[in-house]
This record gives sequence, structure tokens and C-alpha cells, in this order.
Amino acid sequence: MLNTLLHMALVLAMPPLLLGVIGKTKAAFAGRVGAPFLQPYYDLRRLFGKGVVISDTTTWIFKAGPVATLAATLFAALLIPLGRHPAPISFHGDLILFAYLFALGRFFTTAAALDTGSSFEGMGAAREVTFSCLAEPTLFFALITLTRLSGAMSLTPMLAYVTPGLWAGTGASLLLMLFGLFIVLLAENCRIPFDDPNTHLELTMIHEVMVLDHSGPYLGCILYGAALKLYLLGAFFVNIAIPFSTGNALGDWVIFALAMLALAVGIGVVESVMARLRLIRVPQLLVAAAILTAFSLVLVVR
Amino acid sequence: MCVELCWIDGSPQPVPPAASRSLVPKGKSMFHDMMADPSLLVMIATVLAALSGVPGLVLRYPPLGQRLAAGTACLAALLALPSLAYMLLTGARARYLLELNLPFGACELALDPLSLFFLIPIFLVFAAGACYATGYWPARSHRHTEPSVTFFYGLLSAAMAMVVLSRNGALFLISWEVMALSGYFLLVTEHEEAEVRSAGVVYLVASHLGAAFLLFLFAQLKLATGSFLFPATGTLAVSSSLIFVAALVGFGSKAGIMPLHVWLPSAHANAPSHVSALLSGVMLKMGIYGILRVVSFFPEKPLWWGALLLVAGLTSALMGICVASAQKDVKRLLAYSSIENLGIVAAGVGMALIGQSVNSPRLVWLGLAGALFHVLNHALFKPLMFFAAGSLIHATGTRDLDRMGGLAKRLPASSLLTLAGSIAICGLPPFNGFVSELLLYLGFFGEAVDAPEPYVALGAPVLALVGGVALLSFVKLFGSAFLGAPRSAEAAAGHESPPSMLAPMALLALLCLAGGLFPQGFLALVTPVLGSVFPQAKGYGGLSFNPLWLTALGGALIVTAALLFFALKERARGVCEERGPTWGCGYLRPAPRMQYTASSFGVFFGSLAAPLIRTRIKVAALAGLAPAPVRLSYQPEETILYRVIVPVLEVAGICFSWLRRLQHGEMQFYILYIFATLLLLMLWVR
Repeated sequence: MLNTLLHMALVLAMPPLLLGVIGKTKAAFAGRVGAPFLQPYYDLRRLFGKGVVISDTTTWIFKAGPVATLAATLFAALLIPLGRHPAPISFHGDLILFAYLFALGRFFTTAAALDTGSSFEGMGAAREVTFSCLAEPTLFFALITLTRLSGAMSLTPMLAYVTPGLWAGTGASLLLMLFGLFIVLLAENCRIPFDDPNTHLELTMIHEVMVLDHSGPYLGCILYGAALKLYLLGAFFVNIAIPFSTGNALGDWVIFALAMLALAVGIGVVESVMARLRLIRVPQLLVAAAILTAFSLVLVVR
Repeated sequence: MCVELCWIDGSPQPVPPAASRSLVPKGKSMFHDMMADPSLLVMIATVLAALSGVPGLVLRYPPLGQRLAAGTACLAALLALPSLAYMLLTGARARYLLELNLPFGACELALDPLSLFFLIPIFLVFAAGACYATGYWPARSHRHTEPSVTFFYGLLSAAMAMVVLSRNGALFLISWEVMALSGYFLLVTEHEEAEVRSAGVVYLVASHLGAAFLLFLFAQLKLATGSFLFPATGTLAVSSSLIFVAALVGFGSKAGIMPLHVWLPSAHANAPSHVSALLSGVMLKMGIYGILRVVSFFPEKPLWWGALLLVAGLTSALMGICVASAQKDVKRLLAYSSIENLGIVAAGVGMALIGQSVNSPRLVWLGLAGALFHVLNHALFKPLMFFAAGSLIHATGTRDLDRMGGLAKRLPASSLLTLAGSIAICGLPPFNGFVSELLLYLGFFGEAVDAPEPYVALGAPVLALVGGVALLSFVKLFGSAFLGAPRSAEAAAGHESPPSMLAPMALLALLCLAGGLFPQGFLALVTPVLGSVFPQAKGYGGLSFNPLWLTALGGALIVTAALLFFALKERARGVCEERGPTWGCGYLRPAPRMQYTASSFGVFFGSLAAPLIRTRIKVAALAGLAPAPVRLSYQPEETILYRVIVPVLEVAGICFSWLRRLQHGEMQFYILYIFATLLLLMLWVR
């Protein structure tokens, strides 16, 4: 019970902190002081206090988009284990639901973008769905590899199966998979090298451009939902990358939280040292990631 | 004609005609028996369906005929659907002998779980479509075409029911032909247009090529068993791959498995929308039924049968949806999406076949349950989407998504129902499409664990990719039709559909949601079929997770999203909500035609799927110092069709052109041909 409460508390409270850490890392690389770690929380509070401006072109879909996306992501948060702790809800096949809840969110985000009637937002929506459908096979290759290794078809036992012992045995396969998953993590959350979360008016924009017309609490929902998505996919990544357990429940929570912060620093480093890819290169990188994870599957099936 | 009724429960063995007995006991009224025997109700419903359009042909006042037909269709569905569900759930079977004095032996009709299951979509979509037609194709404004459309609509439904009921190869083929031909007459309703006529010709040719393979198939079956009667499940000891391949080609072309899909997109795009709904939602499934029926004859199935079907199904699903993503014609997009969905079904059947040959009850169960669940799902959301396309055409007069836009404001109810259909067809929770894909995923993932054929698991990423492209296609369909600003005057003047069109759509949308929230109900209809087709499936315990999770999570998801939505709406009203134009990024004079269109939405993905689809751009060259205005038009074209199949057909056309001399339109010579053929055949068999 306590673990479930902690799970919910972490999932609800921690995601914006990752954005703060990423921002701070990038600032450090640029030699700036940077915004405080808690800046994303201040932003959210401000957005939820603001009024909204709604385009005349839009319908209720425009308002439903951010809300449905956030709700779908929140339910996905119930399915993923954090660290060595089981998820609140776990059943046979929940991994498929996990992947498809993100797809449901994507349906509504892109529909809300199309609702504004702006060609710019339509462009972003088209890119978002195109990249995501290329990222999908990578995730599924990784899930099959984990199923093959653990014999489980549910996220909690599957990720709990990844231990230092397993790393010693099938390290090569897991490493390939982690690399593919990291690419998907960056692509799905629209980070550099796929998309630049800081720009609004450049033609390689994907996510930010879709939400140009959203304001106030709706924009708040979108930002929070995006942070949550980063957190959940990050947790999936961290569960494989950091297989250690202290044997102590509290210790595991601490390791997990620290690992998530380290992941945020890692993303910040990648964003600082890399430039954004040209748009036509993005599909190539995504397909490469899919093939890498396919390799990892072949290595464990052989 | 004498109809003898025989009621057998539980026994799958065929009963020789002599042993069949009359069910009608003495001393009870006929009516009482009809009500007591659900299988008889199904038969009556089939007859009602066939006759539903007849009053319209003779009545002087066509709208009355159409309303009568819709009423008859609803009556048929009300009689048939509860009976079908009752028989499926209780495991009852029935067998009828039509004692016609025909050369091909006893005409046997039977209701076993497989037939019962496939009858459900037939009667459901038939009734929904007949009601929809009263608003979409009203007799008042379509005076000349309506009676024949209504007549053939009923005949098509009844013929499909007969296809599913027949247990005699010859009777099956007769029903199959009636089905194919009524489909043709429905399809060429608007034959004034050249495009419709050519779609009709392609359909007719493809349908008969498929039928030729079926003739071969049933001739082979007759050779193997000595009778046109279908052998019972698992009794055909000869394991003839020739029969399987004939079934795969003949039935696969009806189901639109690539590359046998050539006829499908143009046929479904050019028929009236309620006809497309029936063709796509139900008639394609007759191909799946045929494949299942034929493979059920064999006790042993080689591994390559299943592997071939799995690969063909997944390829078909992927290629179908990639081509769909590039379409700008709403009905063509839906037609290609049907190829995708039937591909998924075929992949599920292939998975079950593989399970059968590697002796894995789990794979058989999950593959077939996923496939059949998807059959039911597709029979709900595809008609819903074709009805939605009909509403769009009704509102704007065009099928071109690039000329629509902003219709959600003018068609609020249709847009909500289309949204439900789009989410369902993408396989997203909490709608029904998710459950069938979940079953197939479980099958694929389970193979990864410790199965002899772990490579089957590679189907899962393919299915995921298909799901991703489906999402792209349907966001595009929904977004470019209903959202944004109107791109043409017709779209700006769009109007909502009448209740007679909205009610069937609402029913189907509710069923889609019910299937996703309460998959137990659909599974209860699916499970009795599994054991009757593949006896191994009985060895598997059933679902490995509690479907209540889907109920609970799906319900909670909807409630949470609704609460958040209304909370934010209330809050925004309290603070301040300003209205303004969409931000044009500094550009001051945006015009609706500058919006991202359906074509532009698909072009980025299309560039990745370039080998499958290319866009033909027609533009006249500018000439002179002050050039006259020129028009530019663009049309997505399927590469396989235009680069491979059409050239082959053109060569075939040239090769067979000498045969045209036989076709001179003089009736007496045609009769002479028939006589001469018959004579030659009789001499040959002597």
C-alpha cells in the first residue's frame, strides 16, 4: 500500500523536475546559471492560473486533446514499475496497453493540432504521427526481447527479471536494446536530435508546433503530460539500465529517483553536444534503432 | 420442394439424409414450433432478407417500398440475431435438407458455430444499412435507382447468408455467384459515370477469376470425397495442398489479400456508401469464412500453410495501410484500410494454423480468437466509417478530403460518431479494436517465450507498425474532414445528416465501445467457434488475463478524461476565455486553402513508402508571356497496380482479343454455344 502511494506520488510530482534538470544541465554546458530546478513547476502553476485564448476555428476537440492525452498518460503511469517496485496494476498483456495508451494520446494531440486549421500545426502533426509509427517497432522489438528473456508478458515481472546476473549473461543484447530504446526515448519525447523543445518557428519543429495555439491550463496539461511521458519512458529505460537492488524498499526508491535524475542529466548532455538532425535524416535514425533492437532479439533467440 | 428439418445438438457428424427426421411434431401449432426453434428463425430471416426489396419493385409509391424494406430488414435482424447468439451460447446446431431434385446431390444447409458466427455481421450490417439507406439513398430523390438498389441489397445479404449456410459445394457456388452478381449490380448503381463502369468491370473479372479457383477447389473436393457435400471437421484424410492453394487464391481474392486486392479499392469507393458498408464490412469476410471452412476439413495441416497465410496477411496489412495513408478520397482510404484489417484477420488465421501444426493450443486459441474478434470488430467499425463517409458525401457532395474541412461545426453528431469509429479502427483503447489486436499480440509474444517457432514473434513489430500507420491515416481522415476551416464552398455549406442515418451509426459506435469495455460479451460469441474449427483450441484454458481489467481501466479512463475536460471548461469560464483567430505565426492573411490538406498530411510518410505509392501530378505547361490559368491535379496511385498488374492485364487483353469475335451480341448463337459445350462435355464423359 505504501509502495503504491509512493509510486503515485513520484509519478505525479517528479516529472517536471526532470525538465528542470535537463534545463540546468544545458545551461551548465552553455556556461549560464540557468533557470532554477523547480522552474517547470512555477511554469505549470502560472499556466493553471491563466485565462485561455481559443481560436474561432476550433471545436471541442481542441480542448479535449490535451485532456485526453494527459488522462491516457496517467493511466499508462499505473502500469510501469518504478525501480524494483511492482506497478500498482499488472496483468498479462499490460505492456500492449502501455504502448497503446501513448498512441491514444497521440491521436488526440494530433487531432487537436489539426483542429486549429493552421498549416504549421498540421505539418507538426504529420511529422509526429510519421515518426511515432517508425518508433513503434523498436519498442515492440525490445518488449519481445524482454519477453523472451523473462518468459513474462507483463511489465512488472518482465522488468524485475533484469538483474546484474542477466546483464552478465546477455549484456550485448541488452546494450543494443538500451541504445535503441534511448533513441526512441529521445524521439518520442521530441528531444534533440529529433526536435528542439526550445524553438517555435523552425521548420524541423514537431511537438512544440502542434501546441502553438493552446494556452493557459490546456498548455499546462500538455507540458505536464509531456513531462510525464518522458518520465514513464525514462522509467522503462532506467529499469533495464540500472538492475541493482539494495534489498531495502526505501533504498530502491532512492536508487530509482537518482537514476532518473542521472537520465535527465544524460539527456541534457546529449542535447548540449548534438545538433538537431535534418528532418529527412530522422526516419533513417529511427529505422536504425529498430534494426538494433531487432539484433538484440536475434541474439537472445539464436 | 420438401424441406425436412433435423435438429442435432452437439454432434458435428454429418447425418445421412435418410436418418434426418422431421422436427415438426404432431399436435402443436406451426407458429409455436417456429418460436421454439431458433434455427428456423434464422432461415425465416434469410428468406425475409431475400424478399425485402421485392415490394419496392412493384409498389407504385417507391418511398413506401423502401420503408417496408428497412422494416423487413430490421425484423430479419431482430429474428436472427438473438437466435444466433442463443445457439452460439448454448452450443446448439441444426441441419436442414432442401430436397430439391438437382443433379449435384442433396442440398444441405447447416448451422454450426462457424456459420452462426459469420451470420451475425451479415444480419447486423444488413439491417443497419437498410435503415441508413432511407436517409442516404431516399426513394424520393433517387427514383430510378432506389428500387433496384434495395432489391439487390436484400438479395446480396440473403446470398451471403446462403454462402455461410450451404454444406454442398454446388449450392455454395450458386450462392457465391448470386452474392457476387448482386454486388455487381449494387456497385454499378451510378453507371452513368465511366469510373463506376470500369470499377464494375474490374470487379466482375476479379470475382470470376476467384470463382474459377473455387470451381477447381470444389471439383477437387468432390474427387476426394465422392460427393459435393462438405466433409465434417477434420475428416478429410488427404492433406492436399492443391486444395489449400486454390482456397487461398479463390477466397483470398474475395477477402482482398494483397496482391489479389486489385478490384477492391475502386469497387468500394464507387458503390453507394451503405453498399460499401455491406461489401466491406461483410462480403470480404466471406473469403475468411471460406478459408476457415476449407482448412477445417483437414485433420493435418502442414506448417507452411499457416506460415504462408501469416506472411500474406501481415504483408497485406502493412501494404494496405501504407497505401491508405496516401489517399485523399475518403472511401478509397477506407477501402485500403479494409485490406489492412482483412490482412490482420488472415494473419490471425495463419497463426492458428501454425499453432495447429506445431501442436500449440495456446497459439491456435489466441490466433483464431483474435481473428474472429477482429472479424466482429471490423463488421462494426468499418460500416460505421463508411456510413460516416456517406454523411460527408451527403453534406458536401464530394469524396475528396482535400475539399472538406471544418465539418465538425456543421455535423456535430456525425463528427462525434466518426471520432469513435476512428479510434476503434486504429485499435486504440478503450474501443473494441484494441481487444482483438491484444489477443494477436499475446499470441505473437507467447511464441517468443519457449515455443518451437520463436520467429512467429516477429509479427508483433509489424503489427505495431501497421497500428502506427493506421493512426496516421485516421487522424488524417478525421482531421481533414471535420477539423480546421472549410476548404471549399460545399464544405462551408455542409449540413447534418437526418436521424435515419445517424441512428445506425450511433448503434454501431455504441457496439464498438461495448466491445472494448466488455470484451467478455464478444469473447463469449467467439469461443464456441474455436473448438469447432480447430479441435486443439479446446486444450487451452482461455484468456490469460482477466478482461475485467479492460473494463475497469477503460471505464476509468473515460471518466477521468471527462472529469478533467469539464473541470477545465468550468475553470476557463470562471477566469476568462477570449476568442480570436488561429495564430498565423505572424502571417496576417491566412486563407482556408492554405491549411494542411489530407494529401499534404500523408506526403511525408508517403515519401518513406515511395515504392508502394506515388503521386501522379497533372499540370499543363505555362506558355506565352501572359499565360492562361492552368489547373494542377494530383492523384495518389498504387505502384503495384499501375506498374505490375495493369500492364499484365493489358497484355492479357491483347492476347485474348480474338475471343471477342465470339461475342457478337446475337442471342441465338449464344444458345448454340451452350448447346455445343454441353454436347461436347457429354461426349467427353461417356
